[in-house]
Amino acid sequence: MPERVKIHRKFTGGLPLRPYKALSTGAAASRLTIPKRLCISMQQQSGAPAMACVTPGERVERGQLIGVPTATLGAAVHASACGRVHALEQRPVPTGSRLVVADCVVIDTDPEPGPASAPGADHWPGDRAGRLAAIRRAGIVGLGGAAFPTADKLGCDRACETLILNGAECEPYISCDDMLMRETPDSILAGAAIMLEIACASRCIVAIERDKIRALETMADAVRRFADERFTMVAIPTIYPAGGERQLVEMLLGLEVPSGGHPIDIGVVCQNVGTAHALANFVASGQPLLSRIVTVTGRGVEAPQNVHAPIGALIGDLLAHCGGLNERASRLILGGNMMGYSLPTADIPITKSTNCVVALTAEDVRDDTTEWPCIRCGECAAACPARLLPQELLRAATGRRFERLTALGLVDCIECGCCDVVCPSHILLTARFRAAKIELAEHRAHARLADAADERYLRRKDRQLREADAARHEQDELKARLAGDEASRRAALSAAVERARGRKRSPDEPE
Amino acid sequence: MLSGTLTLLGLAVGLASVLLLGDRMLASRENTAVERVERILPRIHCGQCGYDGCRPYAQALVAGTASINLCPPGGEETIRQLAELLGAEPLALAAERGRASMERVAHIDEDACIGCNLCARACPVDAIIGIPQMLHTIIASACTGCERCLAPCPVDCIVMRPRHA
Repeated sequence: MPERVKIHRKFTGGLPLRPYKALSTGAAASRLTIPKRLCISMQQQSGAPAMACVTPGERVERGQLIGVPTATLGAAVHASACGRVHALEQRPVPTGSRLVVADCVVIDTDPEPGPASAPGADHWPGDRAGRLAAIRRAGIVGLGGAAFPTADKLGCDRACETLILNGAECEPYISCDDMLMRETPDSILAGAAIMLEIACASRCIVAIERDKIRALETMADAVRRFADERFTMVAIPTIYPAGGERQLVEMLLGLEVPSGGHPIDIGVVCQNVGTAHALANFVASGQPLLSRIVTVTGRGVEAPQNVHAPIGALIGDLLAHCGGLNERASRLILGGNMMGYSLPTADIPITKSTNCVVALTAEDVRDDTTEWPCIRCGECAAACPARLLPQELLRAATGRRFERLTALGLVDCIECGCCDVVCPSHILLTARFRAAKIELAEHRAHARLADAADERYLRRKDRQLREADAARHEQDELKARLAGDEASRRAALSAAVERARGRKRSPDEPE
Repeated sequence: MLSGTLTLLGLAVGLASVLLLGDRMLASRENTAVERVERILPRIHCGQCGYDGCRPYAQALVAGTASINLCPPGGEETIRQLAELLGAEPLALAAERGRASMERVAHIDEDACIGCNLCARACPVDAIIGIPQMLHTIIASACTGCERCLAPCPVDCIVMRPRHA
């Protein structure tokens, strides 16, 4: 049995929740046949979207680059099946916390799946910088939900000591990481070993929630087979949101990630098990990130299960693959029931951040959204894993008091939804905080613009004053010179007059 | 007797200096009314209120000679905050003041520009570059969308565009 790290301390707040995971873990994960049409978003990761580099009508091979990363935090996008580009268009696509409108490459796929485009011979170079560039080219991003580019996470210049392999998967309904750990534990560990090397970290902690018994067993076996003393396993308590980056770090190491910072600030990198698998797959086969495992679950789905689906498949295709929606289904949720958001339609493609689709039935959903006044009971503060004061944040958000929101630490809200669950007045706190975060960002952008404008305006006023001063000075000088000229001219004139008069007075004097 | 007098005198001088010092230090940190009003205004100095920039408008507001509804880029939010701070009744935005918005930036049609330099002279934040008789262009990141350059252009080659597009 590999060594087990002890839990350092339980993080603050959090809630035990009903897991609803058994719904989708009964059957083995299946594989979605390539749908007729794929819609691949250029906004696959957090950060600037990629730029499409194909044109309508063009043929694309499986694994061909179709989107080049543009700015910082970029990642490449590839065709997840061969076919012909049908169109480039703007469509709503999911990100970690909401739908956004982004450029999409729509591909009509071939009925017969062709061979993948051959990877370059040197897809995995020997040096660290080359490897980071290769990871970016392979479009590998964090598959836990936020889709942070993996190259940026691993390539940070600051020293990293500990890699945490996150298999906690604390949110109800979601079981894709669980299934992946049961299916491909060796690949996950191989990926983690590569990550250790690139991040120059000295140890890797594999963290899995205590209730995932089968995943714990298979991973423990794999760690034993792997026989690497840098790896340790931890079974963490089943408390939502134990899988949150900050909560995990706090629990395993007893360290707190600074406000507004990242785990790397204290020498820790967290990586999702799915990301490790994708990386190992890329290194072994040269295949970029083309598919991911998605949980399709909920009591509104005929046959809930985990599905390996190509990036860009429509959620409708996934649902059809799982037997379709039954008549009880009343609402579609992307993500889990805590941090997910409801979808207006199933005609939305999955991205690299899509880990779960839940079809809820009427009895799962609380339709009555009546809010009662806050009674200041403080339950929300006790439940908040980020140690914030949701009731105070709510007041500041309603009053749009941005300085107060900043002081209360709105940026540290992880939008986990614990405060919503415990609020006896049924106040929709998290939704407000999400909106307030966007408003705060806008407010800050305006403030930056205003500061810059202020500075430019004052400099301009300054310059105008200086110029006016200089002009006046020049004029004065000119006047003075002219006045001087005038005086000497008059003096010369009067001297000449004097001479003439003198000559007039004594005309008979000898010359 | 003497020691008592000296002690009291010392106390008086000491405490007075503490009070004086405290007053100075606190006074310098506390914002003046004009500064507080100016913080509410957008500070982009568009001049649509009829004053030459946000500070003169803020001074007029504090002096009570200006109405609180003259700031188009600030919009309703600014009016609400001004009403709150100055204890005035919220008013609807004065429509004749224009519709400048920080969400838009000016753009020069470079084919039509004749290089007259009038727009550059009108820009309150020096966001237009170009020398007379040459092509002019706008630094979009510095443009505040105040629309002051629109009126002076003799060939109407400046249009407002959304900031993020």
